[in-house]
Amino acid sequence: MSMEPASEPRVNSLMAQPLALRCVALVKRFGDVTAVNGLDLEVYTGECFGLLGPNGAGKTTTVEILEGLTVPTTGSVEVLGRKWGEGADRGLRERIGVQLQETQLAEKVTVAETIRLFRSFYLRGREVEEVIRLVDLDEKRNARVGKLSGGQKQRLAVACALVNAPDLLFLDEPTTGLDPQARLKLWEVIERFRGSGGSIVLTTHYMEEAERLCDRVAIMDHGCVIALGTPNELIASLGAEQIIEFSVAGTLQEKPLVELPGAHNLRSTNGGYALTVSNIGTVLPALLDELERQQTKLETLTTHQATLEDVFVNLTGRMLRDG
Amino acid sequence: MGKTPQNLPKNDSRDNSSPTQKPGATKQSHPLVELTLTRVREFLREPEALFWVFAFPVLLSCALGLAFRNTGPEKLRVAVESSSDETMQSNASLITAALARSPDIEPVVSTPEEAVRGLRSGKVALIVRPRNNHESASSQEHPTGTSNPAETKNAYFSFDYRYDPTRPESRMARLAVDDALQRALGRSDRVVARDEQVTEPGARYIDFLIPGLIGLNLMGSGMWGLGFVIVTARGRKLLKRFAATPMRRSHYLLSFIFSRLIFLAVEVAAVLGFAWLAFGVVVRGSLVAVTVVTLIGGLTFSGLGLLVAARPRTVEGVSGLMNLVMLPMWLLSGTFFSSARFPTPLQPFIKALPLTALNDSMRAVMNDGVSLASNWSQVGVMLAWGVLSFAIALRIFRWQ
Repeated sequence: MSMEPASEPRVNSLMAQPLALRCVALVKRFGDVTAVNGLDLEVYTGECFGLLGPNGAGKTTTVEILEGLTVPTTGSVEVLGRKWGEGADRGLRERIGVQLQETQLAEKVTVAETIRLFRSFYLRGREVEEVIRLVDLDEKRNARVGKLSGGQKQRLAVACALVNAPDLLFLDEPTTGLDPQARLKLWEVIERFRGSGGSIVLTTHYMEEAERLCDRVAIMDHGCVIALGTPNELIASLGAEQIIEFSVAGTLQEKPLVELPGAHNLRSTNGGYALTVSNIGTVLPALLDELERQQTKLETLTTHQATLEDVFVNLTGRMLRDG
Repeated sequence: MGKTPQNLPKNDSRDNSSPTQKPGATKQSHPLVELTLTRVREFLREPEALFWVFAFPVLLSCALGLAFRNTGPEKLRVAVESSSDETMQSNASLITAALARSPDIEPVVSTPEEAVRGLRSGKVALIVRPRNNHESASSQEHPTGTSNPAETKNAYFSFDYRYDPTRPESRMARLAVDDALQRALGRSDRVVARDEQVTEPGARYIDFLIPGLIGLNLMGSGMWGLGFVIVTARGRKLLKRFAATPMRRSHYLLSFIFSRLIFLAVEVAAVLGFAWLAFGVVVRGSLVAVTVVTLIGGLTFSGLGLLVAARPRTVEGVSGLMNLVMLPMWLLSGTFFSSARFPTPLQPFIKALPLTALNDSMRAVMNDGVSLASNWSQVGVMLAWGVLSFAIALRIFRWQ
């Protein structure tokens, strides 16, 4: 893939690292349903790798195969240089940290007790108190899990994944359902882990999460990777930096709009249009002129920087959260 | 891209990257200890569970103990029919007076309708129907009627009985009433026997009941206590989360058995203590033997509980299975009445049930005071159930 070396120094240095994880031609079928359909992935040591996609894209199934919890129908997985089911599973589990999407920890047990329990499963790792500080739950250390807020519960779940100071951390939609503040706090925890040199595989359907945390992102849909690269590369692949969203009263001839210099792609959205452009400074006046020429009345107009969401919409014609 | 090192040495790139990591420096408790502690904490912090395990058996033994308490032999209630007919009335009052002299009989004067209703509903054991003197003693259709032609010195009356011979208390009433009335009519005993009455602890119903209740409680708390917790944890994906750690799976299952054994002691002590205080039930064998039987019983039903909870995904599913497993033992294992009452062909099957083995050995130790060694077959049955269940549960356990 082509990339500008100057803009991606971190990824380039990561690519010199050995692989933390690799899977080849992964397929998982549940009866008639194919959840994962021929997936290839490589994650470098020290990298935060994002699996971005709508609900049902096969992210969780993929991650659970990588974690050794689900056996793939076909294909191979190598985690930290080892394969699952070859007698080294326990040793492998010592070195990975896992946060599952749906786990609800026991409610009657306190934060510190939960972490101490998980710590006892590992031969080596962090002190309980240290893990509590790491996820910023000092004040809640003696609170029962049932009394924690959603964000605190998620941080506890991540804490349980960090007790063994893992080399590779799996996070499955860690911030789904959290309010912005709680999400921000969890992002800081994840960034701290990444800063200490750990590798991460993270699934999410929040583009801003992937953009902020991930070195590289694989966009998944229907069990396949449909795009792979750094967030900047993927956005650059649109050939555009801005999106102009607008709505008009009455009908619109679409063809002249796409032919405006600097415009790339016009698609209709919920009650309006989205025009992908590479140079908003020249396109926007031209667009307004064209609307005037067509004698259509502009009702709303907003612009934003292109995001991974736009990449996904561009590739699939659907919004990420539509599922 | 794509360099795959064949042997990534453990800890290679990160040894110095994380200053917080102190491999081997942590003082760390054993996972089995932590798992068991977690089980104990979860249990103690669940007030409902505490009630069902500790208070419920005490309440149950209290209720049953009161219902079946030994208050001396109860009087037999007997209906004496009376009607508007004058002769009948005077006969009825003579009969009632004769019966009232007996210490075992409580006569009730009733109309024929009331008497029939009382017999049907079990309020009276027998109906005495005075004869109209005109039909007199010459009518002999009832073989047990007053066939004695000798005239009485006090009064003369005649009567018939009406009762259900399949009811033991009716047959008893028939004998007692007839005895009382015949004496009143002048029959005398050839020999007067002396009664020696015995009611010693160890032979009462409550003495039979308490070991059975302990057995029933060990079964119930073992099965329900484990089944619900495991299936709930499975539903909450907690088991899957544990499966993603290097935790040994046998440790997880063993922690349930260990936590059960801790509570067993308290549970059984509560029932035994209550039975001793309230009903004077005593342990005739050694307390060590009782403890050993309790532990083995607890182990057995923990194993069985693990097995039943090994696969179901829902609480409804596991409840059905639990009932399926426990119902035969509720009925057959001799908790409330002796299992010897069931037909002989069923006995080998009944004896192979773990609750029968537990009840039998608990009774042998508590009531007969025999040693454990003489119970080896029951102990063997329990151990076999427990160990096999645990081994199968470990093998087929569903972690997701």
